[in-house]
Amino acid sequence: MGKGVAITGMGAISAIGDNVQENYDALVSGKVGISRISKIDTVHKDDIMVGEIEMTNDQLKQKLGIPKEDAVSRTALLAMLAADEAISQAGVTDINDCETGLISGTTVGGMDQSEKYYFEYLESDEHWGHINGLHAGDSTQKLADHLGLTESFASTISTACSSAANAIMLGARMIQSGQLDRVIVGGTDSLCKFTINGFKTLMILSDTHNTPFDDERKGLNLGEAAAYLVLESDEIVKRDNKKVLGYVTGYGNANDAYHQTASSENGDGAVLAMEKAFKVAGLDPSDIDYVNAHGTATPNNDLSEGRALLRTFGGNVPEFSSTKAFTGHTLAVAGGIEAVYSVLALQNNIIYPNLNFTTPMKEFTLLPQTTVKQKELRHVLSNSFGFGGNCSTLIFSKEA
Amino acid sequence: MKPVYINSVGSVSAQKTFENNEFLNEITDYNDTVIHVIDPNYKEYIPPAAARRMARGIKMSTVSSKNALTEAGIENVDAIIVGTGLGCIGDSERFVSDIIKNDEQFLTPTRFIQSSHNTVAGQIALGLGCKGHNFTFVHSAVSFESSLIDAKIMLENNEVNTVLVGGVDELVEHHVTTHRLIGHIKKKPIALKELLQSKTEGMVMGEGSHFFVLSTEKSPSTYSELVAVKTFNTLSKERVEGKIVAFLERQHLSINDIDLVILGNNGDVNYDGYYEQLSTTLFNDTPQAYYKHLSGEFDTATGFAFWLANKILKTQNIPDVVKLNAIEPSNLKTVLIYNQYRGENHSLTLIRKC
Repeated sequence: MGKGVAITGMGAISAIGDNVQENYDALVSGKVGISRISKIDTVHKDDIMVGEIEMTNDQLKQKLGIPKEDAVSRTALLAMLAADEAISQAGVTDINDCETGLISGTTVGGMDQSEKYYFEYLESDEHWGHINGLHAGDSTQKLADHLGLTESFASTISTACSSAANAIMLGARMIQSGQLDRVIVGGTDSLCKFTINGFKTLMILSDTHNTPFDDERKGLNLGEAAAYLVLESDEIVKRDNKKVLGYVTGYGNANDAYHQTASSENGDGAVLAMEKAFKVAGLDPSDIDYVNAHGTATPNNDLSEGRALLRTFGGNVPEFSSTKAFTGHTLAVAGGIEAVYSVLALQNNIIYPNLNFTTPMKEFTLLPQTTVKQKELRHVLSNSFGFGGNCSTLIFSKEA
Repeated sequence: MKPVYINSVGSVSAQKTFENNEFLNEITDYNDTVIHVIDPNYKEYIPPAAARRMARGIKMSTVSSKNALTEAGIENVDAIIVGTGLGCIGDSERFVSDIIKNDEQFLTPTRFIQSSHNTVAGQIALGLGCKGHNFTFVHSAVSFESSLIDAKIMLENNEVNTVLVGGVDELVEHHVTTHRLIGHIKKKPIALKELLQSKTEGMVMGEGSHFFVLSTEKSPSTYSELVAVKTFNTLSKERVEGKIVAFLERQHLSINDIDLVILGNNGDVNYDGYYEQLSTTLFNDTPQAYYKHLSGEFDTATGFAFWLANKILKTQNIPDVVKLNAIEPSNLKTVLIYNQYRGENHSLTLIRKC
């Protein structure tokens, strides 16, 4: 393949910040967003910790200028806030001034509202506005309407925890193939009882702060977030004299084909995804200066990913860290928020710390970067893996 | 850019479509507001022990994807791409309902695992041992078209040679009940052969699973060439005609080149106007077909339309039951599919005999 795709705008909201700058400041100052859950009344509230966004739905609506009584899920509200920031940074004033698309990743869609009114729908019409919100695509449709996007390609990807990474991948492909001039890509997911209980049944939720790549890791903290990038073709960048923040140069998706929820012991899918991304980018493993790992802190993921890193990079694994100790695992958004972090890393020549690491895993000698580190970065690799054996790798670069 | 061929089909629908050597030989007529698929003999495809806990969407897709692979004469593919409006919604609903009824206790993971929208794509990959690209699109009425678009780009760019592309949705009770409440599903049963004369609000909801092997290589089983696919998140009635003309122009075609247009009329008096205006203007002289009286309406109902279009081109026969007007094509070469749902998520898909 060849040239990378320009990133001209970014937006993010997570447990460590309501915008990109706040997220960056938290990452370099070690401010974590993991706490006890406050907005969802779950019986598990004393057994789990989460990466919760401070703003309530009413506050989000107020900030977005949406009437309080409008039936909009938290998933869609978070998406709007992050996408607005991305669009604004990209300096897009008329979103329909060229062939623009929207690709959003989500796993829960409007489940945060559906689970509240599931039986109530049958008793009263008060919340019927949320019925159609159960469609995962509804959050994207509402986002498109909010952005004023019309007569355009808008779609939703749901491949569990690699959804946003795959949205970015498809967006890059559609720009490269000339189908779109501009595309807003990323993902959104809000916390809900559905995922809290789902992961609880899988017994992979930690009752304390998650500890990626640590031998004593107990599981993940769920998080909520939304993050979007604006990708634009070279023609649009030139036409509007855009500032380019970085480039998507490599991408690869592969399937582990091992188990519906667990990763293979040796990380076959992850290795394949990274290899594909190198091929697309025309890079060698030795060109990678930093790996933003998936690193969910579940026993299974970190072992599988660690082995995949060793297989891919041999004895020369570059500095790597998981930022999940800051944000929690934001499911569909993981690859999106970490794409934002990867670009910020490139812009600032900074490697983020992998917090809460004390004991190396006994299976190998991999040591994550545990402190903030200044380093000249040219290429950053970001991994995202999900249920269904879904493995995705993105490579972000300073130069096309 | 390499051409993209549709080399095989596989279907499980409300009609008996799971036998590829038949083509709507017998029609099941329904008189209802929801219609379920005609179940194939799942035992021939799935061990009974595995089938018991399997979501219906997975079961249907096991059959339709297997039939597509068998017809294409291949055992594996380079990529799997699935569109589904709601995934295995039956399991999602059971999980939510159990959370509420049991106050978040005594839950088991199976329902949650199968709730993941990409379960079908993941299960097929697992069954085949397919380690390639594996995507799932969940965008209402353009879920299937998004999958076609992704597949087409990858094939044209030479990233892969064969892709298994599908669309699947299952019909479940709570979803039906709630969508009836908000008027999306018809209140009273209707004989489906009179679907377009109903003059009532809402649709008849169906379900189904359709899979196709797409390839850059033509084979003896090839049905057609996938020429172009385009989707629009919004489109007003006034703008549809212009978009269709522009879509065809980009392929250096005009309306006169279309030998058959397949329209998505679902009998909803509020939205069929999108199709009716085209039937009497732009497509006035074009042979027209419809199908939702056979398949029902669901997010990936266009999978049935895509199956229908391909079967028509291969057999060079338009079954009487799908004809929307009396115009006979002089030639059956180019077929256009147009769909929208409740005025949103419009799609245009163009295939050509090759």
